[in-house]
Amino acid sequence: MPPVPLSSLRPGIAGIVAAVLPPATAQDEPLVRRLAEIGFLPGEAVRVMARAPGAEPIAVRVGRSTFALRRFEAAFVQVEPR
Amino acid sequence: MDAAALHLRIALLGNPNCGKTALFNLLTGSRQKVANYAGVTVERKEGSMRTPSGRLVRVLDLPGAYSLNPLSPDEALTRDVVTGLRSDVERPELLVCVTDATNLRLNLRLVLEARRLGVPIVVALNMSDLARRRGIVIDRQALARELGMPVVETVGVHDEGARALVAHLDECIPDRKPEPVDWTAPTLAEVVQTQQQVRRILQAAVREPEVDTRLDDAIDRVVLHPFWGVPILAAILFLMFQAVFSWAQLPMDALEQGVQHAGALLQAAMPDGVLRSLVVDGVVAGVGSVLVFLPQILILFLFILALEDSGYLPRAAFLLDRMMAAAGLSGRSFIPLLSSFACAVPGVMATRSITSWRDRLATIMVAPLMTCSARLPVYALLIGAFVPERQVAGLFNLQGVVLFALYVAGIVSAMAVAWAFKHLRRRDGQSPLLMELPAYRIPRLRSLARGLAERAGIFIRRVGTIILALMVVVWFISSFPAPPAGAPGAAIQYSIAGMLGSALEPLFRPIGFNWQICIALIPGLAAREIAVAALGTVYALSATGDAVADQLGPVIAGRWSLATALSLLAWYVFAPQCISTLAVVRRETNSWRYPLLMAGYLFGLAWVASFLTYRIALAAGA
Repeated sequence: MPPVPLSSLRPGIAGIVAAVLPPATAQDEPLVRRLAEIGFLPGEAVRVMARAPGAEPIAVRVGRSTFALRRFEAAFVQVEPR
Repeated sequence: MDAAALHLRIALLGNPNCGKTALFNLLTGSRQKVANYAGVTVERKEGSMRTPSGRLVRVLDLPGAYSLNPLSPDEALTRDVVTGLRSDVERPELLVCVTDATNLRLNLRLVLEARRLGVPIVVALNMSDLARRRGIVIDRQALARELGMPVVETVGVHDEGARALVAHLDECIPDRKPEPVDWTAPTLAEVVQTQQQVRRILQAAVREPEVDTRLDDAIDRVVLHPFWGVPILAAILFLMFQAVFSWAQLPMDALEQGVQHAGALLQAAMPDGVLRSLVVDGVVAGVGSVLVFLPQILILFLFILALEDSGYLPRAAFLLDRMMAAAGLSGRSFIPLLSSFACAVPGVMATRSITSWRDRLATIMVAPLMTCSARLPVYALLIGAFVPERQVAGLFNLQGVVLFALYVAGIVSAMAVAWAFKHLRRRDGQSPLLMELPAYRIPRLRSLARGLAERAGIFIRRVGTIILALMVVVWFISSFPAPPAGAPGAAIQYSIAGMLGSALEPLFRPIGFNWQICIALIPGLAAREIAVAALGTVYALSATGDAVADQLGPVIAGRWSLATALSLLAWYVFAPQCISTLAVVRRETNSWRYPLLMAGYLFGLAWVASFLTYRIALAAGA
């Protein structure tokens, strides 16, 4: 299956990070770096644990941690669903 | 031993949620000092301890950080301290990198990043008991070899949990001349490289079984449920407010009686005169009327602390993020705003964890609209005096309904103001949330008790200093100058306060306030709850002859119209007059612009709301 943005996955769906998109603007740079710092790296397993009312944010398990991400944040992470 | 060996300056560095603060408390016990860093309101927690050999260790607890590339003001401060950029903090001679032993994969990255700082480091594997219970086997020697730094096990929540760390602090030879390093943020490629290094080290030194997250996941399925999550949160908050009112009743009655008793005793024991008036009317009546709110504040904080320690608060922020974003805030605003129900000052300070400056500013601006506990005395007095105690719809107590409506009015106005604020300022792109939802933990009694003791201390210090001093001032300006001999009317009308009240009256007459209320509003600037105490003093001193009113409620019920009372309630929903809040906003935003803007908009809203309330109530015949 081709990679899809993490933001498009429904709760309960797991996958493997295929890539983290480069920042589109200088403003996104710290955000993208932080995504990598907290574990969103190619090859890492992720799972969407929950989705808040109103479709965002989503709760994503990565490694041993769970992070809440807004849709635009999660869209930087490309995932191959399993 | 030479002097250098007798002293050591260390700092605790670690991710949020790694149990760092518990370890700090364990190391330093009660020898702590909580202050702020100069120029920013990031809390500076410092303490000291003595090792078995007599070495004095000064311990600095740094704000939790995921990285030395900061996303929030908290993280920026941590970076500045460890890189030696701050002039008001000496660079630590030794860093204790505190890690959550159950989540080294996330935590070790910061350790590797800190290694580039060139300061000696000792790694503390915190929560090592929990890690062992989960079957995680950490080869300490191998880990120390891979990292090139000593590694000790710690358990922040056990009395003996820091023994290995203390032994290390006893022996280590610190770097005596830590030079400011030339710190440059790593590139994205370097971040990825560091992560690969973390994995390599974990492979060499740590064996972890598949983690069992079934319990956490099950709880999350319930509390984060897309439909039931929000009602569950609402129920928890409802329970909290119920508890604040029902549980606190007994201790509050006891405190009130104690204060009255003390007043009566002093009244009888002291000779009539200026001094007795100062002690009884000023100090005891004034300070006592504020002190009775201690139980409510403690219950509110008990809930906030327990929810915080359990890991639920970030979930609440998760659930509300979308709704709050629509109003121009962020889910991260939830925790500061919840604290603002106790007091806007800690609320404003808690906004420092909000990464986006725009969201942070909006949160700060609306924090004073959350009904703080200092407004409770005013509400309680007015509702008790003017709202009859009867059932509504056969279910609810009318007084309770009015109180609830006042809280809701505050929340709704906050949302409206935040929304207006968002539309008045140009958007600078989407702001990130990126918030960890930590593993659930059962709150520890000891940590709750410590938090409550801290809160009680702050409150009592406030009562004993600023409130006490102001009550003396109120008493003074209400008593002097004395009226000329044979003058008609109450003595207070001739005092400074009486003159001030009369001068302000034209501004407040359209909204139904009399000069007594105007006087009470002045000291209310320093602390809102003083308005009640000041009314007490004003009416006590304006009683002609010896008829000293001991019950303020019936007095104002007899003298004010219902419209005036409702107008004052509306005023207090906005209540612009709180110097401590404005001062903390000034410090937090580092400019006069925002506190002035805040005072202005709150004053305007308060006046308009009171005017409308008063006029509508009059028209309705109240």
